[in-house]
Amino acid sequence: MFWDKVKETLAPDELAKLQLKRLKKTFKSAENIEFYRKQFAEAGVRFSDIHTIDDVRKLPFTRKQDLRGGYPFGFLAVPLKKVVRIHTTSGTTGKPTVVCYTRNDLDAWAELIARNMTMVGLGEDDVFQNMVNYGMFTGGLGFHYGAEKIGMTVIPSATGNTTRQIEMIQDFGVTAIHCTPSYAMHLAEVAEERHVEFPSLKTGIFGAEPWSESMRAELEEKLGVTAYDSYGLSELFGPGVAFECNERDGLHIWHDYYLVEIINPQTGEVLGDGERGELVVTPLLKEAMPLVRYRTGDVTFRMEDGCLCGRMQKIGRITGRSDDMLVIRGINVFPSQIEHVLLSLPEVGNQFMVYIDRMNHLDEMSIEVEMNREYFHGELQDLTRIQAKVVKSLRDVLELRTSVKLVEPGSLPRFEGKAKRVIDRRGEM
Amino acid sequence: MDVKNYIIRQISVFSENKPGRLASIAKAFQEEKINILAFSIAEADGFGVVRALVNLPDKAFQKLTSLGYNVAFTDVIAVKMKDEPGGLFEIAELLGEAGINMEYAYAYSGKEAAVLIIRVDHVNEAVTRILSKGGTLLEAKIFS
Repeated sequence: MFWDKVKETLAPDELAKLQLKRLKKTFKSAENIEFYRKQFAEAGVRFSDIHTIDDVRKLPFTRKQDLRGGYPFGFLAVPLKKVVRIHTTSGTTGKPTVVCYTRNDLDAWAELIARNMTMVGLGEDDVFQNMVNYGMFTGGLGFHYGAEKIGMTVIPSATGNTTRQIEMIQDFGVTAIHCTPSYAMHLAEVAEERHVEFPSLKTGIFGAEPWSESMRAELEEKLGVTAYDSYGLSELFGPGVAFECNERDGLHIWHDYYLVEIINPQTGEVLGDGERGELVVTPLLKEAMPLVRYRTGDVTFRMEDGCLCGRMQKIGRITGRSDDMLVIRGINVFPSQIEHVLLSLPEVGNQFMVYIDRMNHLDEMSIEVEMNREYFHGELQDLTRIQAKVVKSLRDVLELRTSVKLVEPGSLPRFEGKAKRVIDRRGEM
Repeated sequence: MDVKNYIIRQISVFSENKPGRLASIAKAFQEEKINILAFSIAEADGFGVVRALVNLPDKAFQKLTSLGYNVAFTDVIAVKMKDEPGGLFEIAELLGEAGINMEYAYAYSGKEAAVLIIRVDHVNEAVTRILSKGGTLLEAKIFS
């Protein structure tokens, strides 16, 4: 099934024409942003230099930390009054990354979700429970409006309260769910413990964190769904950027929306089809916040073979990161954010270690940080109070509950070369 | 009466809850020939505070600090109890009547007597009140 068959199956030459037109428009629009005016000037590139889509390579990359420099509205290409919604996502340090949407942006985004959901056979006969955060996280509202657009019956159940989630799936005859794969695993286990089944369920959409084929098999068996991988990031609207079709062999990325390159993250060299590297995207339809060659940090490759479904070129499922970003329970965390928080607290030192484990299929992050000698006055409550303060400060910034262990001053490893402060013990998911 | 005579300096050591920490602290005391008179461990989430009354508190402080330990002095008082059934009750009741709020306490039963070590909010006031209620406090010099 297609939502927009013409666009979804554009022939390569038509697609290239459309991409070029939109790339030029994006360049023009980016020139409204001071950051890009400077970048383009430094790179010595002008509008008149863009003749083919490959000319995108003349343009400089945009990194996540660049967006931080523009906080809050430095990357807006339109007046704020044209912005109808703001989302945020984790920044590398301190302030979050701000993402703004015009009315057209929201429509374009919902259109993408509509394509994706139609592609996997969902439509107005379906009842859809959206079990992700509905706040600043783009997964909630993003899927919500796309699902409404195709006429699904949408239950904005958001996160938490697994008992209630199970009850709603049963009572409302839910046919499709969207959540992180780890939450789906948790849901399946709780249901199993309680001998609950979900006869109405047929489709599971899982995203926001990487997951394996063995996890897919397990989720399908336990929940009785066909499981689809969903990919996106807030800087490129949110979820919906790429999605699996019924073949479930790679993700269809929407080339009329996104100009895709794969690069060697060390050298910036552009790689060919089949070569694994960092996904770099120039969004072609973003109005409020156009981006140029945005480095997603996600590692994938362009698949060489076409797809039986007839849609455009796929990318492989994401296999990792080219930077040190962590995905904890679907939330993006940069070690630099943790460092920033700890540096702001005089009670603790600036050495720290981060451990990530998976307990009952949910990610747990624990942080060890050294006590500052000056703040220990001999009482246990000195320590517990500081511990609570660190937990709260981290939660405020990361929007994530962590466990914090205070350790003795001088006891954590000191790194001479590249610090290895993060120990991920989750294994393959 | 000088209230100061009754205020005892307890050594408090921040320690992670992991094997060998206590042995390491005890070894340090042994090396410096420091005698431990009373001792307790308070534990929270993965870490704790080792508390000790020792005969050479300054030396203990120095030694542990030189080993990298995070050490602090804490003022405590030591209330003498009868080493017989009801001994603790008598003292506990006295402390209650004196309006003393304990943050923590630990006890030992030694040659001299049974002793209740307590940490209180306002130590000077506590000393005065306990003495006025007829309690007996051990003087700090007994511990050195």
